[in-house]
Amino acid sequence: MKILVGIKRVVDYNVRIRVLPDGSGVDTDGVKMSVNPFDEIALEEALRIKEAGKADEVIVVSAGGDECQQQLRTGLAMGADRAIQVQTSEALQPLSVARVFQKVIEREDPGLVILGKQAIDDDNSQTAQMLAALWDRPQATFASSMEINGESATIIREVDAGLETIEIDLPAVVSVDLRMNEPRFVKLPDIMKAKRKPLEVLSLEDLGVAVTDQIAVSHFTPPPQREKGIIVEDTAQLVQELKNRGLL
Amino acid sequence: MSKILIIAEHDGTSLNISTAKCVSCAQAIGGEIDIAVLGNGVDAVAAETAALDSVNKVIAVNAEHLAAPLAVNWASEVLALSADYSHLLGPSTTFGRDLMPRIAALCGVNQVSDIMEVDGAYAFKRPVYAGNAIVRVEPASDSKVVATVRTASWKAAGSGGNASVDPVNASRSPAAHTRYVGLSSEGGERPDLQSAVKVVSGGRALASEENFELIYQLADKIGAGVGASRAAVDAGYCPNDMQVGQTGKIISPDLYMAFGISGAIQHVTGIKDAGTIVAVNKDSEAPIFEVADIGLVADLFNVIPELEGLLG
Ligand SMILES: Cc1cc2nc3c(=O)[nH]c(=O)nc-3n(C[C@H](O)[C@H](O)[C@H](O)COP(=O)(O)OP(=O)(O)OC[C@H]3O[C@@H](n4cnc5c(N)ncnc54)[C@H](O)[C@@H]3O)c2cc1C
Repeated sequence: MKILVGIKRVVDYNVRIRVLPDGSGVDTDGVKMSVNPFDEIALEEALRIKEAGKADEVIVVSAGGDECQQQLRTGLAMGADRAIQVQTSEALQPLSVARVFQKVIEREDPGLVILGKQAIDDDNSQTAQMLAALWDRPQATFASSMEINGESATIIREVDAGLETIEIDLPAVVSVDLRMNEPRFVKLPDIMKAKRKPLEVLSLEDLGVAVTDQIAVSHFTPPPQREKGIIVEDTAQLVQELKNRGLL
Repeated sequence: MSKILIIAEHDGTSLNISTAKCVSCAQAIGGEIDIAVLGNGVDAVAAETAALDSVNKVIAVNAEHLAAPLAVNWASEVLALSADYSHLLGPSTTFGRDLMPRIAALCGVNQVSDIMEVDGAYAFKRPVYAGNAIVRVEPASDSKVVATVRTASWKAAGSGGNASVDPVNASRSPAAHTRYVGLSSEGGERPDLQSAVKVVSGGRALASEENFELIYQLADKIGAGVGASRAAVDAGYCPNDMQVGQTGKIISPDLYMAFGISGAIQHVTGIKDAGTIVAVNKDSEAPIFEVADIGLVADLFNVIPELEGLLG
């Protein structure tokens, strides 16, 4: 079985986001870029499934400009066997990304596609569900654990009310939550080895995907600031302050 | 005029408050508002839904395979109902975030996630980068809008309405490839985190599951729901459904009390809409103090017992 894993290049989660004064976006100039943290977890899970002898090959896929090859190389260094970059200069929205994956699926015929449950830049949380719809296959979103049993898998999902268990037949799309695993650290020799692993570059035309139905995004603004608060000296003052505000 | 269909969230017995919040968002969009209640034996929930303000009609779809909210089955059923609607709305809870994008893809459109403000029937504001930027999004006005509503941004609509309930037969067969097994819930008698008026929350500083009892005790004393940081959940001090933040719950209680939480952006994004934020942290430099309305630089293991004493 092959496993496809999605990789998105995003502003690192530790970076303090600054909105550009002209409202056209956020500042990414000289800013640290990383693999979307959820995608690292998705890849880690794929690697563990392969190491358990339940998959033969792990392929990382990213849609983006050439700069996303850096994140694909990180994926290769973590242990993916090969990488596919689908080249585009446009910031693809989830439906287009799902269409790209659908075409890659037609070429690769994977048994499992593992994606992050959301990307920490646009926080959309749509791609896995959309891909499952287009592919007409099961979706298991926000997964915190998965167990492959031959032709099917048991998934535990983190939902608002607690933990939900579902069973899905493969092939399927799984989107992972933070508690699925802790991704491994990349070691220097692995980075060297990753340079020799295959990275295929495809265009949207190669795949026959037209980018349509994009939603216009504009007017980036910083969020409203909360008013500056006060510091109290002790617990008694805290209680007094809460009572004054009618909160206790 | 817009015709809006809201997909109701419920547990089979009662309506989730997120649905009434979607109604407020729909009111801001303007137009005729219908609500679809899918499930198995949903008559009581449909009646509760019909009482929400400004609802035109409730469509009740009963079928055995709709008992659990499996996105695959629900999405095709919603698609069957969707033809006449300009807008399909669901809440940005795990229920809506699972379901709505599947519907959007079947309709061939991108989804508008997490509507926090309505600027027009085809113009919305939503947060990106964990709430560190707000953007305006404008789907094409000649396509269907499929969207989730950021529940923390909206007040629940009232229930003085009296809409009709139309029972409709399920028109699609269940997907054999996806099977619901069950739900395990640890939530006890405490107020639900997403609708609680007060929330007491604990972080890594609690240091153990036993110590986390302090948070539960204080919460029970003031009738609050219980929240937690990711670090506290990951360390196993409390269940995952208590996590507040970018990847947990986004909440808007009148009072949020954070004990031993540093205030990472991913956490703070979950509490930006809270009325009053109280932070108790022994590090005066902790970023939580930048967003706190009332800060106390102190050891929580002293403060919580003192609070309990003072509250009698
Ligand atoms: C992609 C991604 C998504 C994330 N999503 C979330 C999310 O949804 N929610 C979330 O919470 N986090 C999230 N995080 C994690 C987040 O970055 C922080 O790591 C986490 O919030 C830290 O939790 P904490 O404040 O409890 O722990 P810490 O940062 O370790 O802070 C503990 C605090 O306790 C204080 N303290 C210690 N002892 C005491 C004492 N005795 N009395 C008083 N104060 C004390 C310390 O001064 C410190 O400020 C996410 C991270 C990533 C990468």
